[in-house]
Amino acid sequence: MLIVIGLIFVTALLAPWIFKLFREKTGWILALLPLGSFLYLLSFMPEIAAGGTITQSTTWVSMEFFEVNLAFYLDGLSLMFGLIITGIGTFIVLYGAGYLSGNEYLPRFYLAILLFMGSMLGVVLADNLISIFVFWELTSFTSYLLIGFNHEQEASRKAALQALLVTGIGGLALLGGMVLMGFASGQWEVSALLNEGDIIREHPHYLAILLLVLGGAFTKSAQFPFHFWLPGAMAAPTPVSAYLHSATMVKAGVYLLARLHPVLGFTDTWMILVGGFGVVTLLISAWLSLSFTDLKQILAYSTVMALGTMMMLIGLGTELAMQGLAVYILSHAMYKGALFMVAGGIDHEAGTRDVLKLGGLRKLMPISAVAAALAALSMAGIPPLFGFIAKEIVYEAALEATLLPVLFITLAVVANIAIVAASAIVVIRPFFGKQVETPKKAHETPPSMWIGPIILAVLSVVFGVLPFLVDKSLIVPVAGSVWGEPLDFYLSLWHGFNMPLMLSLLTLAGGLLTYRIWDGLRESAPMKGYQMVFARFPVNVYDGLVNGMLGLAGWQTRILQNGLMSNYLVTIMVTALVAIGYTFLTQSGIIWNPDFSNVHVYDWALSITIVGSLGIMLAFGNSRLTIIVAAGIIGYGLSLIYLMHGAADLAMTQVLVETLTVILVVLVLIHVPKIKEVRSGVSRTRDGVIAISAGLMMTLLILAVTAVPFDAFISEYYAEASYPLAHGRNIVNVILVDFRALDTMGEVVVVAIAGLAVYALIKMTRPGSSKENKS
Amino acid sequence: MDTILPILAGAIFATGIYMLLRQSLILTIIGIILISNSVNLALFSLGRISTENPPLIAAGSVMPEAPFANPLPQALILTAIVIGFGLLAFALALAYRSYKELGTVNQDELLEDPEDTSSAIVTHTENNENRDS
Repeated sequence: MLIVIGLIFVTALLAPWIFKLFREKTGWILALLPLGSFLYLLSFMPEIAAGGTITQSTTWVSMEFFEVNLAFYLDGLSLMFGLIITGIGTFIVLYGAGYLSGNEYLPRFYLAILLFMGSMLGVVLADNLISIFVFWELTSFTSYLLIGFNHEQEASRKAALQALLVTGIGGLALLGGMVLMGFASGQWEVSALLNEGDIIREHPHYLAILLLVLGGAFTKSAQFPFHFWLPGAMAAPTPVSAYLHSATMVKAGVYLLARLHPVLGFTDTWMILVGGFGVVTLLISAWLSLSFTDLKQILAYSTVMALGTMMMLIGLGTELAMQGLAVYILSHAMYKGALFMVAGGIDHEAGTRDVLKLGGLRKLMPISAVAAALAALSMAGIPPLFGFIAKEIVYEAALEATLLPVLFITLAVVANIAIVAASAIVVIRPFFGKQVETPKKAHETPPSMWIGPIILAVLSVVFGVLPFLVDKSLIVPVAGSVWGEPLDFYLSLWHGFNMPLMLSLLTLAGGLLTYRIWDGLRESAPMKGYQMVFARFPVNVYDGLVNGMLGLAGWQTRILQNGLMSNYLVTIMVTALVAIGYTFLTQSGIIWNPDFSNVHVYDWALSITIVGSLGIMLAFGNSRLTIIVAAGIIGYGLSLIYLMHGAADLAMTQVLVETLTVILVVLVLIHVPKIKEVRSGVSRTRDGVIAISAGLMMTLLILAVTAVPFDAFISEYYAEASYPLAHGRNIVNVILVDFRALDTMGEVVVVAIAGLAVYALIKMTRPGSSKENKS
Repeated sequence: MDTILPILAGAIFATGIYMLLRQSLILTIIGIILISNSVNLALFSLGRISTENPPLIAAGSVMPEAPFANPLPQALILTAIVIGFGLLAFALALAYRSYKELGTVNQDELLEDPEDTSSAIVTHTENNENRDS
């Protein structure tokens, strides 16, 4: 499996060159790659159907606390997602070739879509928590590139950023949850984690793990209140919407929760949170889809509704719900993929996606019309299509919910009524009725664009009529993976006259009625308000947060970086004082023995001279000469201190440097005007307080350090090694030019660069800045 | 001497900080000199002051005769003095040049020149603000 993913990534990077070779045929050639991967995964089906699982592992990063393996785990759940990703991926590559034909960025599309495909396969096939996270983030990243494909348009860039921020923040939460989970159980492989459910559920961090993982899953799978990014992402070209924002990426959250259901599920918290968010999302978004006339927006909200349904099923957590989930994911991927591709085809050929401006296209686009009709029937849940089976089990699962079954089934039926109406809108409005003038003269799409939808639509019929084709081989293992233990059941189209069937009839009738009154409903004030509250308002909140963040950043930059150096210095000093002062207060270990017995008379004399010079400097701050002389006295005083305490080298250097310093300062002072200080008394007082605190801090720091017993290990090493190793008798010099010679060379370089800079500053003039010399 | 060195270092440091916060760039530079001196003195104290004997090895022996002064802080301070001098020379040249170009050595007035680069920071922030609104 590593080879498949690796091959997809490598081909993705080569795609622009492949395009140069094959031009218009590139799509057909590149489609062989996902097709091959599809067949490769399909070859595992008998083994998975027999109840087996497959693991492949390559060590990647090995550390003391955890290891990250490039491990892959194939069971029913990952097999079905893998098949959806590669199967629909094959059609999308073909479809993209037709849809973006002639677009100058087509090679870029191939690159990004294949990168995404590899990442998405990684998410569902990876076994290691950390590698799942890495692939997960890669899907966010590639999705950013794909949504922003039309990067000249501001709306695209904004939608791309919005999707990236929402899913990226969720990704961070997910990382936290995964790391907590790994440490709680000691297992980093999902396949091993599946047996540790009890440990995780009883762990004190269970709630934190659950909330963080849900944060990742809900943002990725566009659950309320994060649902707004998905309709926004419709700014992407349609092949991208069909693939990422319907069939695959948005289901990553569903996949993750289904994957972790045996580990995190079976608790009341799980059921309330996952089921609750799911049911709220499905209800809100189903009716939102009826407030739009743009085909892609209608489909986007119906996708959010489908994601909500999947979440609800995972939340319900019964055997029946797992069966429903498996069937629903497969049927949704097929009909929604087909519908999105048809919607893109209409847009491509007729020039608009607004259903009010379309009509009677069935004669002009017969193949698309058949595909759309079959897919829409499946979405509406009408027998004998596969979607009907899915909806029947969903209803059955809702009816048998362990908690509040009446609520779940009522909300599910109410939401599905809207979906039936939406299905009718997306197929009847564009294809049936009176033929209307469209912005472009419509005709059938090229084969590359209808082959995918028609195959997916026909499969919806085939699987519906002959469900035994997929039940034992795929659906049963999937439900078993999510349930945690193997299940045994079969699918059938006819369940007899039972409650779900009655509810289906009710749904159908309600849906058709809603469709009839759609034009009035859409324009009605309550619908407008509904759209305002649930579709626009979340976007406004998001915009407010982003702008607030930018405002905060601007504000703190203006405060902290206002261009006044004294402000910077005060900020730095006060921060340092507070940080160090806090440490002093919390862990004070200062010992000061005022033992003046070893302070000689000359020590006193020297100290008094230095302190006196400081005083003179402060008192006569406006006299340049006084200040230079005082600074000189302090410097020479220091050299005397060094000299008297066994540091002859330091004394010599200090004298030399002090002399040069005085000369340099004098040279510069000759050229600049007198010192003028016009600061107010308040700021002088403030500076005085800061300065005294800083001085105090310095003194306390030295006392704190000298209170700790001295470890002379390094000094003694140098003293002992100096002659035997370096043949030098001056230990300080040996350290500088031998033991730490490289450091000294660096220092010499620094001084040389400073010298060059000084030369440049004094001698060189900017070309064109020969303004009047003020010296 | 080790009893009063911490106080001496603190006093020099305090004066250095006060000078650093003055308007005149010249006083700022004096502040830098004082701060370097103070930090060197602090390093010297941290290596413990116990003896007057320099860390030198007498001819004919392979080890310095105990007690001898700690050579490690001396090596560090030696480096610091030289680097500090490089910094000082650069700062002085910068002050000199900014006086030549801008006609002032007053920190607060550096901002007021429209061609001054530090005012570019302010415009930059304003640009950021406008970007997404």
